[in-house]
Parts: sequence; C-alpha cells; structure tokens
Amino acid sequence: MSATTAPPVPTETKAPRVETPLRRFISEFAESKMAVGALIVFLAIVLIAIFAPLISPQNPYDLAQLDIMDGRLEPGSKSGDGSITYWLGTDDQGRDMLSGIMYGLRISLVVGAGSAIVAALVGASLGMLAAYAGGRTDTVIMRLVDLQLSFPTILSALMILAFLGKGVMNVVIALIVVEWAYYARTVRGTALVERRREYIEAAQCLALPTRRIIFRHLLPNCMPPLIVVATIQIARAIALEATLSFLGLGVPITEPSLGLLIANGYEYMLSGKYWISFYPGIALLITIVSINLVGDHLRDVLNPRLKK
Amino acid sequence: MQPTIPASAAPPTLQVRNLQTKFFTRAGVVPAVNDVSFTVSRGKVLGLVGESGSGKTVTGFSIMRLVDDPGRITGGEILFNGQDLVKSSEDEMRQLRGNRIAMIFQDPMMTLNPVLRIDTQMIETMQAHTNISREAARQRARDTLGMVGIPSPDERLMAYPHQFSGGMRQRVAIAIALLHEPELIVADEPTTALDVTIQGQILAEVQKLAANTGTSIIWITHDLSVVAGLADDIAVMYAGEIAEYGAVADVLDHPLHPYTNGLLGSVPSRNKRGEPLRQIPGTTPSLLRLPPGCPFQTRCPRAADVCRQPPPMAEILPAHEARCFRPHLENAGVAA
Amino acid sequence: MSVYLLRRLIQAALVMLAMSVIVFIGVYAIGDPVEILISPDADQAERARAIAALGLDKPLWEQYFSFLGNALRGDLGRSFVFNEPALQLIAQRAPATLELAFGATFLAVLVGLPLGLYAGLRPNGVGAKTIMAGSILGFSLPTFWVGLMLIMVFAVQLGWLPSTGRGETVEVLGMRWSFLTWNGLTHMAMPALNLALFKISLVIRLTRAGVRETMLMDYVKFARAKGLAPKRIIGVHVFKNILIPVVTVVGLELGSTIAFSVVTESVFAWPGMGKLIIDSINVLDRPVIVAYLMSIVFMFIVINLIVDLLYSVLDPRVRLESK
Repeated sequence: MSATTAPPVPTETKAPRVETPLRRFISEFAESKMAVGALIVFLAIVLIAIFAPLISPQNPYDLAQLDIMDGRLEPGSKSGDGSITYWLGTDDQGRDMLSGIMYGLRISLVVGAGSAIVAALVGASLGMLAAYAGGRTDTVIMRLVDLQLSFPTILSALMILAFLGKGVMNVVIALIVVEWAYYARTVRGTALVERRREYIEAAQCLALPTRRIIFRHLLPNCMPPLIVVATIQIARAIALEATLSFLGLGVPITEPSLGLLIANGYEYMLSGKYWISFYPGIALLITIVSINLVGDHLRDVLNPRLKK
Repeated sequence: MQPTIPASAAPPTLQVRNLQTKFFTRAGVVPAVNDVSFTVSRGKVLGLVGESGSGKTVTGFSIMRLVDDPGRITGGEILFNGQDLVKSSEDEMRQLRGNRIAMIFQDPMMTLNPVLRIDTQMIETMQAHTNISREAARQRARDTLGMVGIPSPDERLMAYPHQFSGGMRQRVAIAIALLHEPELIVADEPTTALDVTIQGQILAEVQKLAANTGTSIIWITHDLSVVAGLADDIAVMYAGEIAEYGAVADVLDHPLHPYTNGLLGSVPSRNKRGEPLRQIPGTTPSLLRLPPGCPFQTRCPRAADVCRQPPPMAEILPAHEARCFRPHLENAGVAA
Repeated sequence: MSVYLLRRLIQAALVMLAMSVIVFIGVYAIGDPVEILISPDADQAERARAIAALGLDKPLWEQYFSFLGNALRGDLGRSFVFNEPALQLIAQRAPATLELAFGATFLAVLVGLPLGLYAGLRPNGVGAKTIMAGSILGFSLPTFWVGLMLIMVFAVQLGWLPSTGRGETVEVLGMRWSFLTWNGLTHMAMPALNLALFKISLVIRLTRAGVRETMLMDYVKFARAKGLAPKRIIGVHVFKNILIPVVTVVGLELGSTIAFSVVTESVFAWPGMGKLIIDSINVLDRPVIVAYLMSIVFMFIVINLIVDLLYSVLDPRVRLESK
C-alpha cells in the first residue's frame, strides 16, 4: 500500500469531533422529526399533569366546587355563575372536563410510570439474577417468565383483581405482575450476551466483586434495551390502567382517571353528548401515541442490529 | 473493442459490450461492474473468474436483468442472439428467463422454496413459458431429473427440498435450468457449496450436457482449477473490471496480467512441491475508494507511474486481451 | 406423530394442574374463602353449615384435593347471583364470546394480510407509510375508547348499526349463534371490528416483515430467474412462506382475543363470558370467577395444541420431524 497512490477520501472530510455515546445518541434521536415532536408533546403532557392544580380552571375532585346544575354542558358554555368557561364541556356531576382531564392525566401517568418503574426494578433484578446465576435459578425464573408471557395481559390483570379485589393499589400490583416478565426477559437476554464479552472476563480476572461487576459493568450495558422496553411498557400500563378503570375495577369514582372519565360518559353518548367520553379519550390517545412514537424511534436508535 | 475470440460460423449466443452496473448506496456509488465485455459462442463455456466482490456475480445477474435496488445497469449492451437485453422490457425478460436463459445459484440449500414440492417448482417453470398440460410437464420434469442423475425421479418429484442433500438439491436446480433446453446457462458458483466429489460429478454432468445440447454456459467461480478443466475461454475479473480475457490455455499457461499471474501462483497444485506458496499481497480494495488508474496498482509488484492512468483493454497477444500497461510478456515467451 | 401428540397432551395437563394450584391459592389462600364462597346474605348458622360442607375447616392441601376432585367432575361451585352451576353459566355465554373472537380473527386476517402484503412489497411508498402509521395507531388506541367512538359514529350519528346486544340468534348444535342471521351480523359488525383492531395491526406488521424478509431470499430470486410471473411469485412463493408465521401468531392470539373480548363485550353489552366475568368481579361472585379462569385457561391450552398441529400441516419441515 504505497502512500503516493493514496486517493483523496471524499467521505471523511468532516472535522473529527469528540463523540460521546450520549451525544451520538442525541444526534441520532434528533434525526427523526416525528420522534422529537412526540417527545415534546409527551413532555408537555407531563408538565400539564404536574402543574394541574395550578393551571386547571377548577379542582375536579373537590365536590364543593362542582355544581350539579352545570352538568352535561356543551363545550364552550359558561358555568351558571359565569365564573368559568367549560371549553371541553362538563360531565354529569358538573365537572369541568378540561380540569378533569388534567387531573386524570396525573393519575394515569403516576399509575403507569410508577408500576413500570417497580416492574422494571423487579424484572431487571430477576433477569440479571437468572443470567448471572444460570442453572436451576435461571430455569425457574425463565419458566415463570414464559408462563406469565403466555397469558394475555388483561387476563393476568383480571385474575389478580379477582383475587385481591378492586382499587388503585391492586391495579398497580396487577400492572407490575403483568409487566415484570418483559423486563426480566430483556435483561436476561442482553446480560447473557454481554457476559461473554471480553470486558466482563477482564473484570472477573481482576477479581472484582460480583456485585461490582453486575452493577458497574453488566447493568450499564443492559440499559439501552431496558429503556426501550420501559418506554413501551409505560404506554401499555397507561392503556391497561385506563381499560381496567373503564371496566370499573380501578380508581374510585370520586377521583376519576382518564379511563373512568370515559366510562362515565358512556351512557350519555347514546344521547349525543359525545364530549364526556371523547375528550378524555383524545388525551389518552395523544399520551399513548407520543410515548409509542418515542419508543419506536428509541428502539431504532439503540438497537445496533438495525443500524445501516 | 470487438471480441477477438475466433468464433464458429454461427453468430455468438451472447455478446456483452461495455457493461456497467452500479449500486447507488448511502455510502456512495459502487461501480460493481465496470466496462465489461465478452462473448460466449454457441456450445462454449466461458469461465468468469474472480475473488468475492470482484463483480462476477453482479455480471451474471446483470445478464439475467435481476440486479435489485439499489443496483442498476447504467451502460453497455447485452446482446443475446442480437437482442439487447438492457433495452428489453421486463415482460420480454420474463419470457426469456428460465426459458432461453437459465441461471443456477450458488447455494443449493437456499434456491428451492422450502414449502413447495419439487414437482410444483418444476411444473410451474414449464407452465410459465408454454401451454403444457400438467401431465406432460410432470413427464418432462421426471425425464429431466433422470437426466441430471437423480435416482427414482417419480418418487423424488413428490418430495420437499429439505428431504434432499445439498448435491441433490443442486441437481434439481440444474434440472430446472435445463427444462426448456436454454441456449445459455449462467451458473453462479454452483459447486462451491458442495463436497469435492459431488462437485466433480456435477462438473462432468454439465460438461456432457453442454456438448450434447449446444447450450452455452457462463461458469462463475473463484476457483481456477474448476475452469481449467471445464471452460473454453476465461475472463478474469478484478474490482469490477475484466483484467484478462482469452482462451483457457492461453490465459492459464501464459498469463499476461499481474493479477492473473498472482492468482495462478497461489494455486497449490501449480506450484512445485517444496516451493513456498506465493500470494498476492494486500486485500481487495473497496469499490467505493478505488485508486485512480489501474485498480490493481496498490497490490501489483510491477506497478509504475503509468499505472495511475486507467489502462485500456488491449489485445496484447492474438485473441488474448489484458487491461495492463506492463503485462507479463515473458510468460508468453515474447521479449518485452 | 402420536408420541408427539401424547407428549403435548401431558404437557397440557400439567399446565392445567399448575393453573388449578394458582387459582386455588388465589381464591382460597389469598382471599377469604368464607367471604368468597358463601353468599354475603347468609346468616351465622348457614355460614357454619357452609364452612363444614365446603370443608373449609380442613387442612389446605386436603381442601385443594377436594377442589381438584370437584373440578374434574365439572363442579366449580354455584353462582350466588344466578344460583346456577358456575360452569354451566360459562358454557351458556361461551358461544357469544367465541363467535366474536373468531369473527375478529377472521377480520384481522381479511384486512391485515392484504395491507401488510402491500406495505411489504412497496415499503417506501406513500401507501405503505400510511398503512404503517395506521398500524401504530391500531396498537396505541385504547380498545374501549375506539368502541365508544364506533358506537358514536355508526350507531348514534349515522344510525347504520345497532349499538348494543347480540340481535337475533339461531340455534345450531344446541347453542345460539348470531352470525347466522343478518340482524345478528349487523350486531356483530362493530364489536368484531373493535376487537379486531389490535390484531389487524399485528397481522399487518407480521405480514410486512415476512414479505420483506422473504423477498430477499434466494428462492424468490430463483423463482424470478425461472421466468415466473410476479403474480405467481408473490401469490405462491412468498405467500405460502409468510402464511406460516401469520397463522401461528393469529392462532396463538386467539386466546388473547378471547380474553380481551372482556373489554369489547363491556362496551357493546355483548352477552358473552367477558361481560359475565366483569359483572362477577364487581359483585364478588367468585365461583363464576374461578370457573371463568379455569375454562379460559383450558381454551388456551386447546388452542395452542391446535395451532401446533396446524403449524405442522403448513410447514413440511416440521411435519417430517414430528413423524
């Protein structure tokens, strides 16, 4: 390879730049306008949920603020005393739908994200344990995972609610039981691959404590797929919570989440009062779609197999 | 630029002239086949030799007009009995494929559809081109299977591909190629994936068929020893171009291009016992970053300043072409 | 083949057994069996009698075996609400749920397969991108809300379809079916579409991925080299290969479709098993809950078994190995 004949290389003219994994990740993520848009929408939803008490026109859970005379008003109408304009109408209790949706989002997000985080902790630990311990431990854990995954989510959730009864906490428990297996399977799969890599062998040769190898070496490398699964699972948890609430198995009627708001509007819809069910559904839809779009793109960016 | 191989009185079956096929990838334009010309006469076998990535397979697919996106034929002519395939419509091509021009693929494990029976895969080939009854087609399929040396063809027609060994599958693929007695068969390394003994059987079979039916064959391979016994002519490809082209005896006995020379030097059987095997230094260049001029210059022991210009394909000896400014004339006993 | 079948049957029996343990523990150990199995309206004397009759004073393992023994005889207790054998209640509602689930699966294949095929063959076209965006929506849309919107548009606004119920039914083989009458079909259209929505998205994605993968296979290129018409290559060579994963997944999803019909049945007041279980959970009619869980797991196992057998019919490679 004589240097004199080396051709100019047109494709590598960009100035070399220090590229951290995070920076590369951000720039790759930003490539999809749709995903960035979805992320912005999702963050806006989170902000609305957090600051709902400050920005919502009324507190929909404070029955003293509700006026039954304002019940089932069309979107855009004013309250009886003229103090509030109900932009999205009211439900049968005279509850401002906009405020109801803002507060409902809080419950949906807390239940969805909360259960996803706990399920991720449980699932990731068990998955890591299965991968690292191997043998019988691995078999037992993975059999459980297979069993769990072979059942449809709704059936597992129904089963748990049938055993434990209705209620928010039981819904959260049901969501955790439904979700943990996805994390366990993902983490075990990645950990098994990573375990055979040289850097783990190197760490073992240095006689580093197992705990350190797992948490400082193995776990960070399992994070990308874990993040992808978590994103998708949060969306699924929110949808499932809404479904269970719609079926009347979740949150109490005095503090409705989005699913229950929709359920409350069900009977009035047949008489054409669509807004009670329609708008909470739109809020739910936007939330789930934005999370799914972010998750979809995260998977493309974080999955090295799909890179071209 | 006219091919110089002396042909028989009949017009050649296939004439490829200045063929160019490029792949428009994200990383850039890859000139997979660049200015390739050769001629295959009736009943003759052309060995298309080169290492992987040299463009020999893409040349074969270009003749079939089966180059997929992002690849495209960007120039040249492929004259099949005088008809330019580059300009033919997709429908005209469809009628030629499997009928007048057939192709055999490299990996016999992958070429037959795993969920269809052998008889289905053979009969559909016939029914795609002629109005033949199922029964007549089955009869013909059975005969053809027998011809390529498959025992109890009646029974085998009802089988699925996975019930065959690799060698048997390749025989089935060859039988499918032979169903319409094509004028040209493009065989893309059909024996590479097979055991040496089976390879020999199939080579013998193909040679016999070519001689009996007058079918022309383009035999694509990386194995010089295969073409040595099989081909009439040889075209050696390097980095998308034909480096050397001539009759098999001429090219193998006195190679002109340093690449061919190096290839022959690295074949064990051609070395004397005890002598070290010679090898070509370096690796095949990426087609995205070819040096200007001769693509072989970075690995060539004879490279000089002049090689930074693109060498033309030239008839250096009678009926023996090479794309080189500094050919091995001493191999042919000619003073430089 | 028969060895294989026998092995699968034993496996299925073991899963059934495991489920019975889980349900037993769930209902008898986690919950309060007295509260679960005895009507809340019962007085003290009745309760004591019932506790003795149910054997709730016996050790847990003994209770389990009597539960198992009764279950094997088809006795899973009596519903408090309907005062009928729980299993009989489930059996009465099963046809409604089954026809809904099958209708949804049929729709999913009917709509999803052509769309997925199209999206897979022209992956970069506008049509394909629209289809794929639609399938993301299909995955994201909460089923129950879509159901409500369907009712709003087609029943309330347009008045084309009835909003709830099963409509006219015909009795065949001792069970009542809606899909055999026109009126029944109009009742079924919206719930079936609603239930199918998620599966349509799934079938689209599976088909598209399958087509894209298969199109790259050597045997497809070889089929082109044989001069086959595109119609035959796609219709036979590609289609038969993608049918295997699609049938497998759709078949396996049938169980999940039956489970998810809980939601659709609640929206459309479809009188199937799903509506029954929700009502039963709401009024704590636990014998019915147990019966539902056990029978749905049973259905699951049967479906998986059938799909496995079907898979071996479709794929010649599997067929041979299992011989």
